[in-house]
Amino acid sequence: MIKQATVTIDGRDVPIEGERNLLELVRKAHIELPTFCYHSELSIYGACRLCLVQVEGRGIMGACSTPPEPGMQIRTSTLEIREIRRITLELLLANHEGSCPTCTKSADCKLQALARRLGVEKVRFKALHQPAPVDDSSPSIIRDPNKCVLCGDCVRVCNEIQGIGAIDFAYRGSQAAVLPAFGKNLGDVECVNCGQCAAFCPTGALTPKPEIEGVWKALNDPKKKVVAQIAPAVRVALSECFGATPGEDTTGRMVAAIKALGFAAVYDTSFTADLTVIEEATEFLQRKTKGERLPQFTSCCPAWVKYAEQYYPELLPNLSSCKSPQQMFGSLAKDILPKQMGVMRQDLVVVSIMPCTAKKFEARRPEFAPDGERDVDFVLTTQELGRMIQEAGLDFRAMEPESLDMPLGFHTGAGVIFGNSGGVSEAVLRYAVEKVLGKPLDKVDFPQVRGEGGLREAAFTLNGTTVKIAIVHGLANAKIVADKVKAGVSDYDLIEVMTCPGGCIGGAGQPVPKNGQSRRARTRSLYENDKNLPLHKSQDNPFITQCYERHIGEVGGEKAHHLLHTHYQNRRRLSGPEIPLGEGPASAARVQVKVCAGTACFVRGSQKLLHALTAYVEERSLQNAVDVRANFCSEQCGNGPTVIIGEDVLQHCTFEIAREALDQALAVQK
Amino acid sequence: MELTQSRPPAAASGPDKFDSVCAILERYSYQPAKLIPILQAVQNEYRYLPEGVMTYVATALKVPPARVFGVATFYTYFALEPKGKHVLRLCDGTACHVKQSIPILEALRRHLGLDEKNKTTPDMLFTLDTVACLGACGLAPVLMVDDVVHSRMTPAAAVKLVDKIRTREQSAN
Repeated sequence: MIKQATVTIDGRDVPIEGERNLLELVRKAHIELPTFCYHSELSIYGACRLCLVQVEGRGIMGACSTPPEPGMQIRTSTLEIREIRRITLELLLANHEGSCPTCTKSADCKLQALARRLGVEKVRFKALHQPAPVDDSSPSIIRDPNKCVLCGDCVRVCNEIQGIGAIDFAYRGSQAAVLPAFGKNLGDVECVNCGQCAAFCPTGALTPKPEIEGVWKALNDPKKKVVAQIAPAVRVALSECFGATPGEDTTGRMVAAIKALGFAAVYDTSFTADLTVIEEATEFLQRKTKGERLPQFTSCCPAWVKYAEQYYPELLPNLSSCKSPQQMFGSLAKDILPKQMGVMRQDLVVVSIMPCTAKKFEARRPEFAPDGERDVDFVLTTQELGRMIQEAGLDFRAMEPESLDMPLGFHTGAGVIFGNSGGVSEAVLRYAVEKVLGKPLDKVDFPQVRGEGGLREAAFTLNGTTVKIAIVHGLANAKIVADKVKAGVSDYDLIEVMTCPGGCIGGAGQPVPKNGQSRRARTRSLYENDKNLPLHKSQDNPFITQCYERHIGEVGGEKAHHLLHTHYQNRRRLSGPEIPLGEGPASAARVQVKVCAGTACFVRGSQKLLHALTAYVEERSLQNAVDVRANFCSEQCGNGPTVIIGEDVLQHCTFEIAREALDQALAVQK
Repeated sequence: MELTQSRPPAAASGPDKFDSVCAILERYSYQPAKLIPILQAVQNEYRYLPEGVMTYVATALKVPPARVFGVATFYTYFALEPKGKHVLRLCDGTACHVKQSIPILEALRRHLGLDEKNKTTPDMLFTLDTVACLGACGLAPVLMVDDVVHSRMTPAAAVKLVDKIRTREQSAN
């Protein structure tokens, strides 16, 4: 018999079973080593120095960055280690803005919890830290550098899981800080508002931006009728705010609580998810039949949509033109509810309750505010709803369940599983397969598209045609798939993209998970919720059929396009200065020529264009009449290279086109 | 990293500068791992790292601009503000410090109208910086003017040096 390799931890032998580091092994032995900077999904950083262990014969080492070796003898809590951990915490606390009672992270703060757990009762060190301004420029996230412990969790999740890198370490030593590029505000950079930085942040340095005050105001305004829409993922996570185990389905009690807060009606985003299924699947079947604009990317995730607008301008035609369920609900509610409820459109307030911080950005997009009036007025996260319930003093766990309001609250299981990664694909399949085969499905479940992997594939053959689906979560995975599509080497037909780990159930607006099992429990609970509903296919939702008959008309028709579809635009990643090419500041008296040097235009030869234009200007001694500048992204990426001369935007520009336009502008100037 | 900065090329015109950024990127084959030498070369061109150029470098190397900013702010060699035509680097390492480098610093600041925050004269002629050690401790206190080391400085000698450069620049114009 081969003896099992073990490590002796505090006198107990613990078998090594593929653990990557001592920390995993110690935690397997049910010893909760404290950490700030360790997350199993992220790379190992080894900076917080809290997970120190005494390794016999080697000294004190970071458990997270030491691989287990057979025969190792380690101790996890010697007097020396205890002292080191406490001093580390004390030093962190010394420079930490200690506004705990008013900090939104208070109850979920790791720094606070560890200080208490490790018995730090006094901070002996003086603060060196100069207060820095709080950045609330983003609609989704508040960045308070005064509460940052420099663990870098946010930097790594943004880089490694989302492949963006909107924030990074800057400066050094005592000046070190986590900052967006060039110290800009988060609202002015390439951040897609997914909020995973806030979900990983152990302190209150990054938190979802609350909209609670505005909602209370609306609820207390007698003129206003306030209605709620609830996203699928909220119902299986809300009770975590009240200490319940993750994954408890609390739809009924949640409705009761929201009504007790003063909402006039509580509807379900799953209803418009059902509507999304019909529209998106119809769009997909049309594209598949014609063989155009494939693969089709889903468009319900607002962080993915912004990402695509910033990084994949050439793929925007491949995105489904469907609005997200949140925005479909908004436009539908504002279209039909005022009459039904007997209020003016401007007095109907739509509040959505979402697991997501990016939905706050989405609701503010100008295209979702016809005539300046938003379709969705407020977006609350699951956390914020929990806080409102607590603030109102409602005993959530003792509430009598109530049911959702009709008709916009009636939903099928297809609309509910939208909250899981793979859920949108499955819901679309439940519709599309039935449509293609022309007979009811034997089984509604498609286990092939379920799972936890960040990049999954499934293929189905229907009437001799194969449909290949990719399901991704995490934008770094989306990038892999999108690059394949861009390079023309993908054979996918449909690609579902969710930004957050596990889909919406892992959204940054959800209660802070207590451990890695939370997401799994929520996923399971959503699939169970589907099972317990009478209907599982969007096309079976009688209120959807009625909605088309009474309000929308034809599927994919004109009114459907107006109410339920949208368009996308190229978006620059950073707000920032242009690179002046001439000497001295730009002058309004001169003709302004801007050559886009963004990625897409650069690839299409903007550098040559720039060179040719400056040469032309010099050759004709026009330096006093023309300013040539390179600028970053004119947001016309699909039609680059772009040159802007005066007010004219020239797409697919060549030197000849630019020269002609410049000559004309100069003639006008004279 | 080099301690001395080769004299920036005489006020190159704009497009040439931008062209040379493209050439630098080309020379390093757009390798993200070469970010530091690329930024050094870019700084030699512009005398500092303009935000727009850093964004351009980030885009070309396919690294996030926040990473480029992080590197540029980590090393004191990199400047995010335009530097003057002549860079004065006063050594304030241990040896120079005990040999009275601070009075030299104060004299230069007074003479040039600079302080801890404003390190460049409004006419963009001089930038005054302190450095930790130039490795010329035997010659302390040391002042570097562009790429020339001046040894055993005094406040009066330093001010004289600066005036000499100014006179030379004025007569050149």
